[in-house]
Amino acid sequence: MNQKKIIIFTSIGLIVLFILAGYFYKNQQTTTLQKMAGEQAELFERPYSWSIGPKDAKVHLVEFMDPACETCALFHPFVKDIMMKNEGKIRLTLRYATFHDGSEEVVKMLEAARMQGKFIETLEMMFATQRYWASHHHPNPQLLMEFLPKLGLDMEKLAKDMKDPILDKMIAQDMADAKALGASKTPAYFVNGKPLQTFGHEPLKELIYSAF
Amino acid sequence: MTKENDFNFTWTLLFFTWVIAMVSTLGSLFLSDVMMYPPCTLCWYQRIFMYPLAIIFLVGLLPYDKNVLKYALPFVGLGWLFAVYHNLLQYNIIPESASPCSQGVPCSAKYIEVFGFITIPMLSLIAFTLLAVLLYIIKKRG
Repeated sequence: MNQKKIIIFTSIGLIVLFILAGYFYKNQQTTTLQKMAGEQAELFERPYSWSIGPKDAKVHLVEFMDPACETCALFHPFVKDIMMKNEGKIRLTLRYATFHDGSEEVVKMLEAARMQGKFIETLEMMFATQRYWASHHHPNPQLLMEFLPKLGLDMEKLAKDMKDPILDKMIAQDMADAKALGASKTPAYFVNGKPLQTFGHEPLKELIYSAF
Repeated sequence: MTKENDFNFTWTLLFFTWVIAMVSTLGSLFLSDVMMYPPCTLCWYQRIFMYPLAIIFLVGLLPYDKNVLKYALPFVGLGWLFAVYHNLLQYNIIPESASPCSQGVPCSAKYIEVFGFITIPMLSLIAFTLLAVLLYIIKKRG
């Protein structure tokens, strides 16, 4: 066999091996995650997790997100639209994956606002004003604080609630669950335990609709 | 040994250096893009020196050009230094605070640990060391 052929065959061999290994790995991962969804449902939704939609909905969409993440803000209206079009058929659970430095403070702010019954309003406001308080992936909780009184929140109570040590535990638990589920980027989506493999609006829509 | 045999021997050695560079390149892409482990800063520096080698060695093989050693050596050397530094970090010989990657993924984080000692930076160090040894043998022969 001449040298050129050896190189061509080796190249093809290595690339085929790479693709096959990738295929098997993803398959294996999906199987493991679906098994986890069945056996360890608490990894996807903790009792404290914020959820919307009926508990027995056919589709359970779990999103790991960070209020400072630009893509999360971008996907929020898209997910909301799907939720509205299929009211009562989807349950959405939001989990935190605070991959940005400073995001933990923001999550605490959001959770403190939740205690005042203003979770979704606060989250949407955070996303809407994100470019002011979290430009270039550097969340600035002080700046964000200035936007919050507009929502009619009791700021004194909010500041006090933010110090609740239970929030630290909650964030740590969410991060641990994200790690266990292999969610290393935000937003990370799971539909009935099945991870979104190819990221994008259309693949997410397909994954959700395939579960109906 | 005849000249013809000698030529084949060095070609084969260079072929193996290329295979090592290819496996390292595809392997690291597998870890970051299939297994979704975000690479830390030091991993990126090692990638910067490994990826071009997969191409430099290939060019040197078709047809065989002994000058390839000259072009490959700086990449292997610098990559090797980064790999050594990264391993020292992972085994806590150098404290993390002295490292350039306090932001993002800490370079002291270990994603995988096979048999208790084979980590990703260890694989990188093995690859760069093998390349250095093979290049040395080729130089001696050539």
